[in-house]
This record gives sequence, C-alpha cells and structure tokens, in this order.
Amino acid sequence: MSSELKDLYQEVVLDHGKRPRNFRAVEGANHRAEGFNPLCGDQLSVALKVEDGVIRDIGFQGQGCAISRASASLMTGAVKDKTCEEAEMLFARVHQLVTEGPAEVDTEALGKLTVLSGVSEFPARVKCASLAWHTLRAALHEEPEPVSTE
Amino acid sequence: MSTSGLDVARVRADFPILHQEVRGRPLVYLDSAASGQKPQAVLDAITHFYAHDNANVHRGVHLLSERATEAFEGAREKVRRFLNAREAKEIVFVRGTTEAINLVAQTFGRKHVGPGDEVLITELEHHANIVPWQMLCEQQGARLKYVPVDAHGDLVLDGLEALLTPRTRILAVTHVSNALGTVVPVKELVRRAHAKGVPVLVDGAQAVTHFPVDVQALDCDFYAFSGHKLFGPMGIGVLYGKKELLEAMPPYQGGGDMILSVTMEKTVYNRIPHRFEAGTPDVAGAVGLGAAIDYLEALGREAIAAHDQALLAYAEGALGSVPGVRRLGHGQERSGVVSFVMQDIHPHDIGTILDREGVAIRTGHHCAQPLMKCFGVAATARASLALYNTREDVDALVRGLHKVREVFA
Repeated sequence: MSSELKDLYQEVVLDHGKRPRNFRAVEGANHRAEGFNPLCGDQLSVALKVEDGVIRDIGFQGQGCAISRASASLMTGAVKDKTCEEAEMLFARVHQLVTEGPAEVDTEALGKLTVLSGVSEFPARVKCASLAWHTLRAALHEEPEPVSTE
Repeated sequence: MSTSGLDVARVRADFPILHQEVRGRPLVYLDSAASGQKPQAVLDAITHFYAHDNANVHRGVHLLSERATEAFEGAREKVRRFLNAREAKEIVFVRGTTEAINLVAQTFGRKHVGPGDEVLITELEHHANIVPWQMLCEQQGARLKYVPVDAHGDLVLDGLEALLTPRTRILAVTHVSNALGTVVPVKELVRRAHAKGVPVLVDGAQAVTHFPVDVQALDCDFYAFSGHKLFGPMGIGVLYGKKELLEAMPPYQGGGDMILSVTMEKTVYNRIPHRFEAGTPDVAGAVGLGAAIDYLEALGREAIAAHDQALLAYAEGALGSVPGVRRLGHGQERSGVVSFVMQDIHPHDIGTILDREGVAIRTGHHCAQPLMKCFGVAATARASLALYNTREDVDALVRGLHKVREVFA
C-alpha cells in the first residue's frame, strides 16, 4: 500500500469507520442538523444537547464512507463537554488540517483528530472528512436548511 | 488483443490520453460512461477547423464562413446517417443530452402538457431525464409518473398500459441505464406508447457508444445524446426529432440564427433545425463529433458492439471471483457498465484505493438517486467499458479490488 493510503486509512480511522462512537439518537437533544454530500449521496444527521453553552451530549446517524464515519465519530468524542466556542475553534483547525495538511496546524490542540491529516493528500475526500463538521456547525447555529458540501 | 474482430491494440494506439501513468501506474480508464476519451482523429479535426476554417456560420459571404458552414452542416449530415434519421433537418445541435431533454420539455412540453396532464418516465432514469420533467410538471401543474424497475434492473412493463392514461402527454425513457447497464426494449415501449397516442423521447447517451441505433427502426419521436460520451468533444450534443414534431414546436431560446426576420414588433422564426440553434453554435464541437462518428463507423459499429458484449461478460465473471463483491443489475440485456458494492466498504473508499492503483472508476449515485433508492443503496462503484478497454484493464480492476479488501481486512 502507498504511504499516502496508509496515512489516509490509519488504524484509528478504520476502527472508527467500522465501529463509530456515539452513532445514536441523543435524548433531550435541543440542536439538530442534517448534512448531505451530493457528490456521493451520503447523508448524516448530528444531534446535540447543549446546556449553558456547553455540549453535554452529541450523537450522529446516517450513512457514509469510512472517512466520513470516522470523522463524525472522532468529532463526537472531541467536542463532548466542550463549549460551543471551543467546538467552533476545533472545526476551524480540523478544516485546516484536512485541506492544508498537518504542517499548517497546531496538532497538539487537535489530539486524536490528527489521524485525519492523511485526508489532505486526497483533495477528492476533503468533503467526506468535513461533512460532519459542517453539520455540527449548522446544528450549533440552528440553521434551518440542510447543509451541503457543494 | 482482440475479443471480437475489433483490433483493440490498434484502437488504443489512436487514443493518446491512455498512454500515461497516473499515481505512478499505467492508467486504466474505466469511467467512459461519465466521459469517453478522444481519438487523435477527433483532436486533429478540431485543431484543423480552428487552424484553417474558423469563421461564423450561416452569415458570412466570405470563403472561411462558407467552409465553416460546410463543416457544420457536413457534421449534421454525419449525425443524420449515424442515427439513420430521414433528413438532416431532424438533427438539432445542442450542448448535450441534458440540454436536448430540457429543450423538449420546455418547447414540446410547455405546448402540450397542461394542468392535470401526466408525464411518464422510469425509475431507471438519471437526473437529466428526471429534473427537466419535474420542472415542467411543476410549471404546468402536471403529474410525473414512473415506470417501476424490478430487482434485476429491468423495467416492469406489465403495468405499462395502465400507466399510459388518456392524460399521458409524453414518455421519456433511457435506452441504456448509466447506473446498471440495463438495455431498455425501447422499440417495444415506443410501439405500446404509440398505440395510446403517446410520443416517446429516448435518452441515448449511454447507448450510441455501444451499439448501432436506428431512430426510424425504433420509431421514437425524440432521441438525445452527448458528443463527449461518444468520444467527441464536450459541450456538443444532439437532439433528433421527427420533422413534423420539430416543425410544430415553439422556439427554445431566442437570438441570432434562429430567426428569418426581426422587426421592432415581430420576429419570424427560422426553419428547423436552425430555429432551435440560437446564437453562434459550437462549430468545432460539431466538427469533432463528426470526426468521432467517422472514426466509429470506420471501426464498424457491429464490431464495437460485439467487443462490448464480450468484455462485459468477462468483467461480470471476473468481478464474481472477488469475495464480498455484489453486482447490481442483472437485467435481461445489458451493456457497457458493471455496477457493484462491497460488503461494508463504501464505494467512495473503493474508488480512492483503486485510483492509487491507477484504475479510474466512478463511485457514487451516478446522478440516479431515485434508482439507488430502489436498490436500497446510497451509491455503487461502477466500472464502465469502452472500445479501447481490454481484459487486462478488467484484471487490473480485480487486482485493485483485492487491495481494497486488504486495506479493510
């Protein structure tokens, strides 16, 4: 396997893609959004329970490729118990990571999410990795229209 | 190598783009259903037009304009012969299949489809043969109905007569499904629709590349295809329409070339096909398409069809040997594509890994989301075949799929 492919499909990514965490409905959710990737027909929904500006619970459902599921799964772990502002900052960092590569971002602040760095070598897959995050942001902002990666 | 009387090695030599490495591997191009590659003859024809004959058509009195007009109308005649239309005036140049269908929806459709009327399409259609009809039905207060597809990927034609009601104004159907490869028995559909007085539009984008098409034998009322899928340039396409129908249709877009005279008050529209070709057309595109047609006819369309069938059978067999691969589309007659899914592995991931092996396939819903829904999948992986593909290409695909299994083991 090429080294780029190894970077893209790291063990952690494959694991989260196969067994996504927080792949469930959220009881008492007060923020929700749906995201679509018209390129591949993927669809996912993100639900949040936000209290006092803090994300107390988060889950996602839907269908997607290994990258989009892993990204969504890792995202739910990363933003839980963070404030909405912290989640937004993380969104910006992840977006930069998957578009520009690991050299450009503070990877320490990203923790486990750095496993998504391999995506930067695959421009066609950036949308897969960022769909969940765009949907999270829409949920936080309570945008009424579904999100699209187009 | 030859599977069918077609000298594929010679054909491959005619396509410069195939002779390159991608990702450090020899290119294996299995995405011709999305866009076909261009033989040198097409590239040369376009260059020659711009280098020697370029001028606007139908209006200059000078030699270059004469040559350009001749080249453009010559291409129209080639298309006429290619489809076996009765007259060249039945051939309208458009940007592609999508524009051809929009043209019919917005001219014929607006004229004949009113509130409470029905437009009949099928569950096999891709978005280009769905959305224009949805738009028309919304504009006119009409109803869009679908001929269903069965689990094999064949249309269910038992209930066709019931679907063709006294309110049905047009039936629009694909000739070959871009997502499953199903060949639709268009001739029979036309016969049954005509028996109820319903005209038929055929989307031939995936058909003309694989086997001969005779619009008179089919007796269809409209036939649409794209130049770029037929190994010609992008941005040129064809709408065939029966003369009586085209003549009775209002214009599509207004502008130059589609008029006989314009006064401050009134415009007299030009005759067909020019009435539907407003503005400066893609003359080089038409010339390139003409060259593509010459190329295919020189190879022999029957030989191309035989090659398609032999390679398709080989590909279907070869894919069956990969554990976990499930092929979609077991229609009675198939052409051109193999569509498949792999247990628990998303088509997008398959596509990325194959790409690193130099193998280009399409993954996604193939602009046929309603069809994907019928099969309970969001997407498939699709390898599409063309005259320049070989068994070795299929073998490379299979090797790639074993790599996919390794990554996701």
